[in-house]
Amino acid sequence: MAITTVPETPRKPGRPPSPYSTRPQRTSLGRKVRDNLTGHAFLIGAVLCFVVFSWYPMIRGIVMSFQRTRRGETTWVGWDNYSRIIADPSFWTAWQNTFYFTVLALALGYVVPFFVAVLLNEFRHGKGYLRILVYLPVMLPPASALFLFKFYAYDPSEAGLFNAILKALHLPTSQWMQSPEMTMPAMVVASTWMNMGGAVLIYLASLQNIPGELYEAAELDGAGIWRRIVHVTIPQTRLILALLAMLQIVATMQLFIEPLILANGAGAEDSATSVAYLIYQHGFFQNDLNGAAALGVIMLVVLAGFSAVYVRLTAKQD
Amino acid sequence: MSVPQYRKAAAVALVAGLGLSLTACSTKSDDSDSTAGGKVTITVDCQPVGAQKELLKNWNDDVAEFQKQNPDITIKSVSVGEQCNNPPDFTARLAGGTVTDVFYGYMTDLQQVLDSGQAMDIGQYANKDTIPTWDSVDPALKEVFTDAGKLYAVPVKNYSMGLVYNKVLFQQAGLDVNNPPKTWAEVRDAAKKISALGNGIAGYSEYSAGNTGGWHFTSLLYSQGGRVLTEDGKKADFNNAMGKQVLQNLKDMRYGDNSMGARQLLQWGDLLTNAGAGKVGMFIGAPDATQAIVSQFQGKFQDWAMAPLPGQDGAAKGTLGGGEGYFFKKDLTPEQVKAGLKWIAYQKLTPGKGQFDYVRAKPQNYPVGLPQPLLFANGSDAQKQELELRKANANVDTSNFALFEATPVPIKGEPRNAQAIYAVLDAAMSGVLTNPNSNIDALLKTAEEKVNQLLTAES
Repeated sequence: MAITTVPETPRKPGRPPSPYSTRPQRTSLGRKVRDNLTGHAFLIGAVLCFVVFSWYPMIRGIVMSFQRTRRGETTWVGWDNYSRIIADPSFWTAWQNTFYFTVLALALGYVVPFFVAVLLNEFRHGKGYLRILVYLPVMLPPASALFLFKFYAYDPSEAGLFNAILKALHLPTSQWMQSPEMTMPAMVVASTWMNMGGAVLIYLASLQNIPGELYEAAELDGAGIWRRIVHVTIPQTRLILALLAMLQIVATMQLFIEPLILANGAGAEDSATSVAYLIYQHGFFQNDLNGAAALGVIMLVVLAGFSAVYVRLTAKQD
Repeated sequence: MSVPQYRKAAAVALVAGLGLSLTACSTKSDDSDSTAGGKVTITVDCQPVGAQKELLKNWNDDVAEFQKQNPDITIKSVSVGEQCNNPPDFTARLAGGTVTDVFYGYMTDLQQVLDSGQAMDIGQYANKDTIPTWDSVDPALKEVFTDAGKLYAVPVKNYSMGLVYNKVLFQQAGLDVNNPPKTWAEVRDAAKKISALGNGIAGYSEYSAGNTGGWHFTSLLYSQGGRVLTEDGKKADFNNAMGKQVLQNLKDMRYGDNSMGARQLLQWGDLLTNAGAGKVGMFIGAPDATQAIVSQFQGKFQDWAMAPLPGQDGAAKGTLGGGEGYFFKKDLTPEQVKAGLKWIAYQKLTPGKGQFDYVRAKPQNYPVGLPQPLLFANGSDAQKQELELRKANANVDTSNFALFEATPVPIKGEPRNAQAIYAVLDAAMSGVLTNPNSNIDALLKTAEEKVNQLLTAES
């Protein structure tokens, strides 16, 4: 049998890949998986964890926020849960309390670690020990740290640590967590003490990247410590300062464990009720999981706004 | 997806996870429903935790004995720590569908359980065949767990509130232990004398956090003759002279007399811890509060006595009553329901067995002789048997509870949506107990608005 060969059709010459292109060559998904089988196997575990413990509850929560369950029957109710939750008099109290905490936490919990880091950076000797001392509270479980504050530092009697100090200084004592006015400042102090170590370490790392010549030049120009901070330290660390401010806002707006432990929940006259605590109260004490889900979504939207700022700042850093 | 977009999505997902995971972490799992080979298996909760060695041994002995008597039934006990006294945990398990086949709940939980769709009507199964003492069980208690003619749970415990007082502190303060206060004015006088002992002792102590403040506000309101909701249950009914009087009494004691101790925002365990340490002169509670003081908070039984709830100008017009029961998970087989009822009957509703095994409890130093729980109707056979056994094995001085027992105050049940209403009323209680400048009118008005709104949303 004669073998006929089909002449090969000459291929149309394609555009050669640009040596400057960063776009990777297209390969099939199967090929990609095969090439990195081990890596993808590890990835599956992580993705499954996210799906089961983060994404599914999140989507379920959003769906629940548009439903009501009564007598085992679930019905779609549109925006009813949202209008109901917004009309709850505690809704605005909770947001007010949460923003108040955030502002106080920014004023104290954000600024104090910066100055502690600057101070630590100035020390010539014993830096390592001082860093450990500052970082120690972070290693305490938050609940234990808060119970310490609740029962020893914030004891409203004169036996309490802070009241004993105030009394020794001949200053008026306080009711601390039992005073509606003092609830938030007291929670911020405890929270700052607990979390300061991490922020201090980040600031310190950032401070140590500042070229020493800048300080030397400033000193030659006759700048004192305050002017060196204002004109050298702050400008040189502004990106870290901005990022930590955003992280602080997002973290503090999820205020939950402090009211739960320090104030036994709502605190004096609802002065400790935060948005996260209100979610917990609706969901688990008031048999209103749908309302709690709606409030969770509202919180998501607000925090996503702050997160967007954070992402933008991160992108700039890149 | 570009890097910034990816990060944006990741950030949103992270925040969403944090914001929503509190509300939606429910997973569904089915408990066993096996009926293989004629054997029935049921899961039951409230098995005592490992640290409660004697209680756990009693429970396990009861399970073994019950299974010996009923070889075709297997009991699977579940212990989840404080689940049986922890509303948030209960809600989570209910919402997640992880309650056991036979599960514990407060009398106030019926609505929540019905809303979850987790319970079944056991009316056709609860009878003398499954629970031999069923006809003796107080019909009023059965009614609490009945909705639209359907029975959803078996009552296993009930209580009503009175004035619990520390006899030792009464004596030290020069008060007559046999003549405790009968009115709130007398409570105020006694509290002043007790707190004058100093050493951080509160003459009278009260809750104001974790829903317990609202719970006690309700009881104090009942003592005045008031009610939390209107007759039809559609509106709040405490923003009135009686509600104001309740808060005024407390404010006067807290800031006028300084007789309620320095530390407020107390929850259930906080007050009883102080009581166990001998730092509380009086508080309102049920007889089993004294049991908790002894078994959990290192107090002494002989130190405590009980009187009827005080009234404003004379005897109290009402007192709060509540209790517990066992629900049955929907979709159980008839055999499983019957097995569950038999177990409840054995463990909770048989004089001489389970919770009424006074012969066993007496040497273990668990209190025998308390006037409650009263599960059986007056004059019923089961009541007679239970009272005789209780009397014969009493290990507490029953005279300490004689006043409470001899002067019954009309019992009033808890309001609809009790836990949600209690959460709202906590703020009013914490207001008068933590703020000397609190405005009682404003506190009650705010609470009224919140409760009305809550009821509107529920309807």
